[in-house]
Amino acid sequence: MNFKDLDMQLLDTISDLKGIPKQGAINIRRDGQAIVQKSSPNIEVKSKTDKPGLTVIVKAGTKDEIVHVPVILTQAGYKDRVYNSFIIGENADVTIIAGCGIHNDSHGDSSHEGIHEITVKKGARIKYVEKHYGQGEGAGKRIFTPSTLINIESEASAEMEMVQIKGVDDTVRSTVAHIHEQASLKIIERLLTHGNQKAESAIEISIEGKGGSGQILSRSVAKDDSVQIFKASLLGKTECIGHVECDSIIMGNARIKSTPELVAENADAVLTHEAAIGKIAGEQLIKLMSLGLTEKEAIDTILDSFLN
Amino acid sequence: MLKLENISMTVNGNNGENREILRGINLEFVPGKLYAITGPNGGGKTSIAKIIMGIYQHVSGHIFLNGEEISGLNITERARRGIVYAFQHPPRFKGLTVGNLVRIANPDIDNLILRSTLRNVGLCPEDYLDRDVGPGLSGGEIKRVEVAQVLARDALITIFDEPEAGVDLWTIQKLIGIIAEKYLSNPDSIGIVITHNENMLHICDEIILIDEGSVKAIGNAEEIWPLIRDDMECKMKEQCRGEVVYEL
Ligand SMILES: Nc1ncnc2c1ncn2[C@@H]1O[C@H](COP(=O)(O)OP(=O)(O)O)[C@@H](O)[C@H]1O
Ligand SMILES: [Mg+2]
Repeated sequence: MNFKDLDMQLLDTISDLKGIPKQGAINIRRDGQAIVQKSSPNIEVKSKTDKPGLTVIVKAGTKDEIVHVPVILTQAGYKDRVYNSFIIGENADVTIIAGCGIHNDSHGDSSHEGIHEITVKKGARIKYVEKHYGQGEGAGKRIFTPSTLINIESEASAEMEMVQIKGVDDTVRSTVAHIHEQASLKIIERLLTHGNQKAESAIEISIEGKGGSGQILSRSVAKDDSVQIFKASLLGKTECIGHVECDSIIMGNARIKSTPELVAENADAVLTHEAAIGKIAGEQLIKLMSLGLTEKEAIDTILDSFLN
Repeated sequence: MLKLENISMTVNGNNGENREILRGINLEFVPGKLYAITGPNGGGKTSIAKIIMGIYQHVSGHIFLNGEEISGLNITERARRGIVYAFQHPPRFKGLTVGNLVRIANPDIDNLILRSTLRNVGLCPEDYLDRDVGPGLSGGEIKRVEVAQVLARDALITIFDEPEAGVDLWTIQKLIGIIAEKYLSNPDSIGIVITHNENMLHICDEIILIDEGSVKAIGNAEEIWPLIRDDMECKMKEQCRGEVVYEL
């Protein structure tokens, strides 16, 4: 495979890949083509035949394996749409590293639309990490519209970490989750917007099985003239626990709209939310400056650790 | 040497009128000595500390550090000249760990020293190094992290603002030992502790009594302690004048 420096730099940023791992399942998609595709004995990775995208099947009982499925867009103004399905077999325990990096030097918009469906079978556990990143000097936008549907069967658990690092002009993200008996889901969102960027995220978690639990933890920083819209809704249909926490730092002329929604359809559903939007407190800056940091270093330290 | 010359500060009171919260403060702090600042709440102790650190600017008077006037320097510049201040009410930081905050205070700190600094303020390094300095810490824990940072910085001039507040007795006793060891007769540093703790007052070389914005007295514990007591009693009586006093 002919990798360019740009490819490797994007792959490193979104998935910490320094090269192609010798072991483990992987699929690297560049400008609409699978340029690397490899299965492992326990994890099958194959292209879909009816539409663009992948199917990843993890054998029941597979433990401690990692699947990498990064996507990079390097061609000017490329518009990519991809359908990925992940089926995690019973009692498996795996990590999926997804993510997408766009380099756009052109005047046309580049976009990535990822439509994901994840099934976590009984007793399985997954960690799903998705980083979005944009770069390039062109006036064309870097746009992401991911939508994810995750189904967590009984006694299974999932942790999803969704991070937007920088350079993404427009994001509309939708995440829908169904949680069954004794299953759990934790969604961690980290978002940084600056300039004129706009980011929208809607998460809907429906807890349908007894003893299920769902958690949304969102941390965001909105700088300059950027806009963030965040909707998090939790539906408890039975005895369950759910918690939403949205915490944002707002700077410059940015705008943030955060709407948590709790719907309980059963008296044994315990649903809570906390939402906070605020600027960096003067006391925090003063504290760090009194330890020798400049004001700018203090701001960067506060934002970096907040989004860690 | 740190010298405050004729420091006064006026603020906008809540009724819109100007209020002088410090007037004509003259103080000198020399290396090798440990100082206490004490006095009733609202007397102006914290304001003096903030003026030294540069948190309150635009005050009248002059501040000199080793002969150089530092009144015009900002907080960062004063910090880099060797001044550090442990806040009375330290802020919290979501996502910043105790270990990283102490490393900001002293980027060159050795791991073993970092751990023993935490132990010295009664925080088990195993439990606290990776904890957030966020809403999950209690008031007393935040205070101890604050003191640990400042100790780790190893500065020329260190000001502690009521380090005992909210901290358990066992830790206070230990802290008094550490402050004594670090600042008594240490020719390289000046320690200043704002405190109401009697044991802390007793180890200090000099006690400065501040009330209603001015220096009321300077002396050692034997000289100052009776004044503090009398002053407190007198205040109580003034406030309670006319009230019936019940025998308990
Ligand atoms: N920035 C400020 N603005 C208005 N009033 C202040 C300010 N700082 C201190 N004060 C007032 O000055 C007085 C002294 O406060 P402070 O120095 O905190 O006292 P102490 O530390 O001795 O309890 C108090 O009445 C306080 O309300
Ligand atoms: Mg005070």
